[in-house]
Amino acid sequence: MASHGIRDQVAIVGMGCTNFVENWGASLDDMMIDASNEAYASAGVNKDDVDAYWFGTAQSAMSGIALARALQLQNKPVTRVENYCATGSEALRQASYALAAGAYDLCMVVGAEKVKDTGFQGLNANPIPNDGTARTLTAAAMFSMIVPAYGNKFGVDEDTMRAALSHIAVKNHYNGARNSRAQFRKEITVETVEKAPKMAGTLGLFDCAGVADGSAAAIVCRAEDAHKYTDKPIYVKALSFIAGNGGGLTDPNYDYTTFPEIAACAVDAYAQAGVTNAREQVAMAEVHDCFTPTELLLMEDLQFSAPGTAWRDVLDGVFDLDGELPVNPDGGLKSFGHPTGASGLRMMFEAFLQLRGEVPEERKIHSLAEGRKLALTHNLGGYPGEMVSFVSLLGAELD
Amino acid sequence: MVLRLVFAVSDGLSVTVRGMRGIISWGAYLPYRRLDKSQISAFIGQGGGRGTRAVASFDEDTTSMGVEAARLALRGADVSGASAPEAVLFGTALPAYADKTNATAIHAALRLPAAVPAFDMGASVGSTAGALRLALSTVGNRLVVTSDMRTGLAGSADEANGGDAAAAFVIGESDAVVAEYIGGASITEEFIDRWRTPGEIRSKVWDDKFSELTYVAAGRQAYKNALEAAGLSADQVDLVAVAAPTARIGSALASKVGAAKVVDDLTATIGCTGAAQPGLVLANALENAEPGQTIALVVLADGADVMILRTSPAIAKYTPTRSIATQLASGAPLAYGRFLSWRGMINVEPPRRPEPARPSGTAAARTTDWKFGFVGSRDSQTGDVFLPPIRVSSDGQRTDQMEDAPMADVEGTIATFTVDRIAYSPSPPIIFAVVDFDGGGRLPIELTDTDLEEVAIGGRVEMTFRRLFTADGIHNYFWKGKLIRG
Repeated sequence: MASHGIRDQVAIVGMGCTNFVENWGASLDDMMIDASNEAYASAGVNKDDVDAYWFGTAQSAMSGIALARALQLQNKPVTRVENYCATGSEALRQASYALAAGAYDLCMVVGAEKVKDTGFQGLNANPIPNDGTARTLTAAAMFSMIVPAYGNKFGVDEDTMRAALSHIAVKNHYNGARNSRAQFRKEITVETVEKAPKMAGTLGLFDCAGVADGSAAAIVCRAEDAHKYTDKPIYVKALSFIAGNGGGLTDPNYDYTTFPEIAACAVDAYAQAGVTNAREQVAMAEVHDCFTPTELLLMEDLQFSAPGTAWRDVLDGVFDLDGELPVNPDGGLKSFGHPTGASGLRMMFEAFLQLRGEVPEERKIHSLAEGRKLALTHNLGGYPGEMVSFVSLLGAELD
Repeated sequence: MVLRLVFAVSDGLSVTVRGMRGIISWGAYLPYRRLDKSQISAFIGQGGGRGTRAVASFDEDTTSMGVEAARLALRGADVSGASAPEAVLFGTALPAYADKTNATAIHAALRLPAAVPAFDMGASVGSTAGALRLALSTVGNRLVVTSDMRTGLAGSADEANGGDAAAAFVIGESDAVVAEYIGGASITEEFIDRWRTPGEIRSKVWDDKFSELTYVAAGRQAYKNALEAAGLSADQVDLVAVAAPTARIGSALASKVGAAKVVDDLTATIGCTGAAQPGLVLANALENAEPGQTIALVVLADGADVMILRTSPAIAKYTPTRSIATQLASGAPLAYGRFLSWRGMINVEPPRRPEPARPSGTAAARTTDWKFGFVGSRDSQTGDVFLPPIRVSSDGQRTDQMEDAPMADVEGTIATFTVDRIAYSPSPPIIFAVVDFDGGGRLPIELTDTDLEEVAIGGRVEMTFRRLFTADGIHNYFWKGKLIRG
């Protein structure tokens, strides 16, 4: 089985990202227009310069027409992409391959989601007609099953588990407080996390990501053309995607302490990028912290921590903003909420800013200055036992 | 054995005489929750009383309880081969569907052959006496399922004195008959005792004293006629079991028939269970009977029906799959407020999440064995079990090399669990467990009849047939897990 990747063949030359908020006053179209215009300006191009579009939305619209109509595109190919919560990442992956194949010279990726028009809490999937036997559990409940399973397997007592999960929540809110585009911009305390009402299992309100509307956009071209648009292109080092077969739900050997799809996806991404030691080579990671225990497991599945030790690295501050390997320096899903189609591109936006040295001083990470060169973004969709996984690696220099 | 002549009209299904005719197997199902009736007047200012009543869970209806009773009955004896049911007769006064047959869902959950017909007996309390009498006095193997949920307005006598339960019987000719049918009689009366327009949540009652006098007279006459038909005198009856609209009417009749012993009608603990009561009191009589005893079942519903049975030596070896006594001992209390919300008498704020969409009729029709029968697939090469069933082996290499894996009667162990406080449920929160089945197979599934503090990793679970929710008038039946309680 081959997975050659397209290392250093494609570059991101411009990006845009709206504020992620409960955007009562803005429609999906409004947010897509704002993110797109910011991206055009960032790359110094106009609409007609872009040859083809990829539009990621999980369930706020259907078909490429939704983007073509909002932006009034003139006879452009627009592909609508959906791949659960990894939709935005997947859209960029497809655009990148079209460039690498030589089909187009300049492509744009727009991810957007209007979540808050449903009137319901949380994220809700549009129902597909079915026989009525499917689970109706919330994502919070599915991910909550990680907590006792991990604690039991690795001998981490309940208080220590709680401390590690609270640390993740506090860290991500600390980072988000330093980001003008985040939904939640207040630091929180461990006490706030632990006194919050319980949602599912032992997970409280602050163990769960927020819910917000938002849009993000990227303009991509082949690497050799990148300097036509910017002095600071960001090169795609790896794009990996795995769709799980749902086996974990029915396999008695699955123990809810790892996400096999993500572990395999990380192996593939690191091979594409030539990474041999993720903990030492990755400068920062934007990961899918939909729930605090999700981020904990991701540290192991992405090879930042050895199995059974991520809780200790979390508590030691390894992944803090000033730590050895900052994780979610922009505040993550915790601070941004999760407009499904946009989140993957929002993660890349932070990698784009950090690698270009364009974040405000208070959000700067040390690892880049210390010689690490790669940013990782990770996006997942689904549940433990049945998920899609995306991992990208990005860098400011060609190898 | 004496060769018996069966005087019965052939119904075209079977005329073969295989031995004595009577009850081959039985099963009684009591829902898990009990309402302490003293809560009622404390809450609503009237009604209630002493004792408890059985309460069907929010995810149960007469069909799902009927399935549970029938499963117990079918597991109680070897009912394969010559004893296999050749028709299903389902009686309840509160059918889940009108127009559409309810017995077909029971048939599907039991995975009976398509050639076995399944009929509803009509939405009256008396329907089940009819089902039992027809099954006992005609030919062919019959699965009789009786089930009821008794509802009434808050503070009413029906609310306090009613009860929810189901009972099922396999009836036919077999050497394994535990109670032979030896005669019966009916007295039919048209009078206004209690009545309900279809769709209403309550029945109305005319005059208790008038009902009592009418029923006792009809019951005594039917009893006398049944004794004559069976060739018995009153003092030859060992046990009399009476199903009546009220406990008072039942005991008034029982005291006058001269039987040696009156079977507990369970009205003080379970309640008057309407169309389920003939089955329930008969099951209770059988549970407490010895070989060679004569049992008279009296049903007072729009007249009187009496059926007389004599227990065989086989009853000594018969152990109910789950006895009434066991289920009485394992019930758990239910708060009156929750009882009212379960019965739709008060509306409780739901989680702010979308209500489930109606299940697809066509999708459900494709997966009947899974949805109703809880049948997964077993890889014929690896032996691995998959829930729901899959066509392609888990390594992706082989297609359609699976066998049926019926899992409804397989027990399992909780691998991990959680509680979901924000998901939609008719009665939140949802307790949810990942269940590993004995012999293979795993399914993450909702637990019912379970309180959170009882759940632990390693806990043992069995499957139960439930109504998950109703959307657009379609009842969404499927299975849940519940803790095994003896």
